[in-house]
Amino acid sequence: MIQHPVLKAGTLLLVFTAVSIFFVSFTHVSTKDKIKYNEDQLLIKRLGELVSDYDNNILEEKFSKQVNLHDTKQIISIYPAKKNNKTFAYLIEHTYPNGYNGNIRLLTGVDTSNQLLGVRVITHRETPGLGDKVETKKSSWIEQFSGLSLSNPSESKWKVKRDGGVFDSFTGATITPRAIVTASYQVLVLFRKQGFPNKTER
Amino acid sequence: MEDYIKIVKNGLWTNNQALVALLGLCPLLAVTNNIVNAIGLGVATTFVLVASNVSVSIFRNQISKEVRIPIFVLLIASFVTIVELVMQSYFYDLYLILGIFVPLIVTNCAILGRAEAFASKNTWGKSALDGLMMGIGFSVVLIILGAVRELIGSGTLFDQSALLLGSLGDTLSITVFDDYQGTLLAILPPGAFIGLGLIVAVKNWFDQIKTI
Repeated sequence: MIQHPVLKAGTLLLVFTAVSIFFVSFTHVSTKDKIKYNEDQLLIKRLGELVSDYDNNILEEKFSKQVNLHDTKQIISIYPAKKNNKTFAYLIEHTYPNGYNGNIRLLTGVDTSNQLLGVRVITHRETPGLGDKVETKKSSWIEQFSGLSLSNPSESKWKVKRDGGVFDSFTGATITPRAIVTASYQVLVLFRKQGFPNKTER
Repeated sequence: MEDYIKIVKNGLWTNNQALVALLGLCPLLAVTNNIVNAIGLGVATTFVLVASNVSVSIFRNQISKEVRIPIFVLLIASFVTIVELVMQSYFYDLYLILGIFVPLIVTNCAILGRAEAFASKNTWGKSALDGLMMGIGFSVVLIILGAVRELIGSGTLFDQSALLLGSLGDTLSITVFDDYQGTLLAILPPGAFIGLGLIVAVKNWFDQIKTI
């Protein structure tokens, strides 16, 4: 039997670590497919809110690209929506860094005629009760973006009303709506400037 | 038998982890802006408490004094990871809300505290009961605080209970005040501190009445 106290303590730790690892790994292996399925379902649901009539496997065809967007260099994820093998819209996942409390993750859909299909907030840390009206379950505010483009409203009107634009802001929260408006505008500008993202160029 | 009654009383009232020991305040204050979140975190914490108490007490004679703390932390962290994975696969919507707080259960001192103060000295049966009662005591405080903050903050009760119960939950959601503008203070962290302070005060007030 092991006698030295340090060896004894070490062995004890080793045994407990091994057993813990076994149980955690077992749980991981038996839940990972279900977790992946849940994550995919959530993404499909989110994408489906912006575009519904695609017939490709949109998650499989996802690709990423490095672009200059919102004054930062970032890697965006792009989901091409296709029908009969022809791409008619792109859904891009990007980060707008200047929310009231930092990063806002957004999903923005743009079709091939440079029209917005819509905007959804994926994650944010805006003030509950004020800035969180950008979530669909709190308010329908964010739904107004579908159908808009750089000519509707005209480019100088892509601002909240307080800054001389056409978009309403919330009582007590201007920064959050301003962030979403600016972010959507800049995505449209990016698409106009760079054309449509192509899978081969990286 | 007397021992067991004492354990129950300790967990629920005399030594309530949230109101008397004031342990585990980080998750307590962070997730109690509505009842559903409170129930979710309460159940997860109770499960980890029972599991860690039982396993610590079973091995209490093998675990040497020098390395007991690392082993406790190891056990607690493993159980929390398992809870997180299970929640992620079966209650995914709830996980999306509680996600960042579930790993924080590891840092809930109440769990390490019970492992050290109770489970390492008692039989597994008593430890299981202690874990369960401490967990329920903690959860009840979470739920009361969640209810008060949800009611004052957004004017609803059991909002989004579909996250826990599926479609059954939709019927449970109550809008108490129609057309209510909400009180921001109750939803933000200061509201949690004020609310918890008031609950602690009420508990102390009851204790005082009893002794007079």
